[in-house]
Amino acid sequence: MIDFLFNALVAGLALALVAGPLGSFVVWRRMAYFGDTLSHAALLGVALGLALNIAPMLAVTVGCVLIAVILVTLQRRQPLASDTLLGILAHSTLSLGLVVLSFMRDVRVDLMSYLFGDLLAVSSTDLAWIVGGSVLVLVMLALLWRPLLAMTVHEELARVEGLPVAAIRLTLMLLIAVVIAVAMKIVGVLLITSLLIIPAAAAQRHARTPEQMALGASVIGMIAVCAGLALSWYQDTPAGPSIVVSAGAIFLLSFALPRRA
Amino acid sequence: MSDALIRLQDVAVRFGGQDVLQDVNLQLNAGEIVTLIGPNGAGKTTLVRSVLGLIKPDRGQVWRKPKLSIGYMPQKLSIDATLPLSVLRFLRLVPGVDRARALAALEEVGAARVIDSPLQSISGGELQRVLLARALLRKPQLLVLDEPVQGVDVAGQAELYRLITKLRERYGCGVLMVSHDLHLVMSTTDQVVCLNHHVCCSGHPEQVSGDPAFIELFGQDAKSLAVYHHHHDHAHDLHGSVVTGKPHVHGPNCKHS
Repeated sequence: MIDFLFNALVAGLALALVAGPLGSFVVWRRMAYFGDTLSHAALLGVALGLALNIAPMLAVTVGCVLIAVILVTLQRRQPLASDTLLGILAHSTLSLGLVVLSFMRDVRVDLMSYLFGDLLAVSSTDLAWIVGGSVLVLVMLALLWRPLLAMTVHEELARVEGLPVAAIRLTLMLLIAVVIAVAMKIVGVLLITSLLIIPAAAAQRHARTPEQMALGASVIGMIAVCAGLALSWYQDTPAGPSIVVSAGAIFLLSFALPRRA
Repeated sequence: MSDALIRLQDVAVRFGGQDVLQDVNLQLNAGEIVTLIGPNGAGKTTLVRSVLGLIKPDRGQVWRKPKLSIGYMPQKLSIDATLPLSVLRFLRLVPGVDRARALAALEEVGAARVIDSPLQSISGGELQRVLLARALLRKPQLLVLDEPVQGVDVAGQAELYRLITKLRERYGCGVLMVSHDLHLVMSTTDQVVCLNHHVCCSGHPEQVSGDPAFIELFGQDAKSLAVYHHHHDHAHDLHGSVVTGKPHVHGPNCKHS
């Protein structure tokens, strides 16, 4: 009984820790809808992973990267606006994932757990993947922090100053893909983006440096995980949505506090 | 020739089937200020982006001196309002910059007092100076300025141009800048390139810029006094096509019919 709660808590905290800085970039670079599209595509990754017998986290990561590459290619080749393209990709990949799953009659899939997460069912193996993935992304973010920031401020200026902007942008997409793969078990594909953007948005009002915002977002995310798990434990509510509700409540509360000068 | 920082040979750029640049030849030497002028949509920014290596020309060659360090001041900076970034932090995005160096660069451009202000809260003129400071922090051999005085009032514009001249003398760097109004830059610039998809004309602005009395006056009443006369042997219509009043005499690089 304590075991599964421990796994859930550690998994949630690890994700919240990495979602703070990564989510800050998603907010600064206005990639919220991009993240949403990748997470919808994650279900297709799951389906293909099951069909081809590949570890789901690996399949989801590869699937997300593939969608990101398709998206960047489409953006260059035709005139539709980015949000239209993202909408098309998000919903067609989600639907394709559902259709592919329906073909696998011999595999029993708990669809709800993929869509909304199943935090309380995190096994020790899952936990290892989640913590490992989070640490990997966190280390990459720390190494690339300044180039990422420079690119976010002005991409062309960064390029003139000698940064390999295309490679860094691709790496950021890859990191988002890894976090989506990690977060799927925790909050599910439909709620992943909220864990990236809500803590960052809540931290924004009270931060004076990029690092304060990133760290603040991590702390807020971790509080939301604890609060959500507590709610789920005492009131028997679904864990993933409870965490998101808690994060949303903290976001609203952030307006009540006076803005720092 | 040995002092060349950049050399463009027969550069042509096309966007969506339109010739944006045609047969552009340009050389910029160390310590030289070259100003690009031309109407909207003439390809000035495209030319700058080719020089910077941000776009690859469809034809022709862009040669840059090996290991050329470029300080680039972009036309505008639009940072998301949610990114909490002070001026100091913005300058420290250049590797190896500490507070002392950032402050020195800001003092050089006369913007030291905004060092701790959020980047989104400073005025247009201050932002231009901060961008210039960031370009200087790169210890540039070549400064590339795309409309450096955008959003700055006339008095401030003249001051900024004076500053750019001062920096050129101090660092001995070449300067390539884009400007709309030659009135203000003429005392500053060594070579003017008039661009409208092709190089219409280029050369030294009138010698009046060498006159100290003129430079003295320059700040106060630039518009009426610093009129730069240059003669085209042809005119352009709104689309940039050549309109000939009298028969157009082809220059050495003219390829249009």
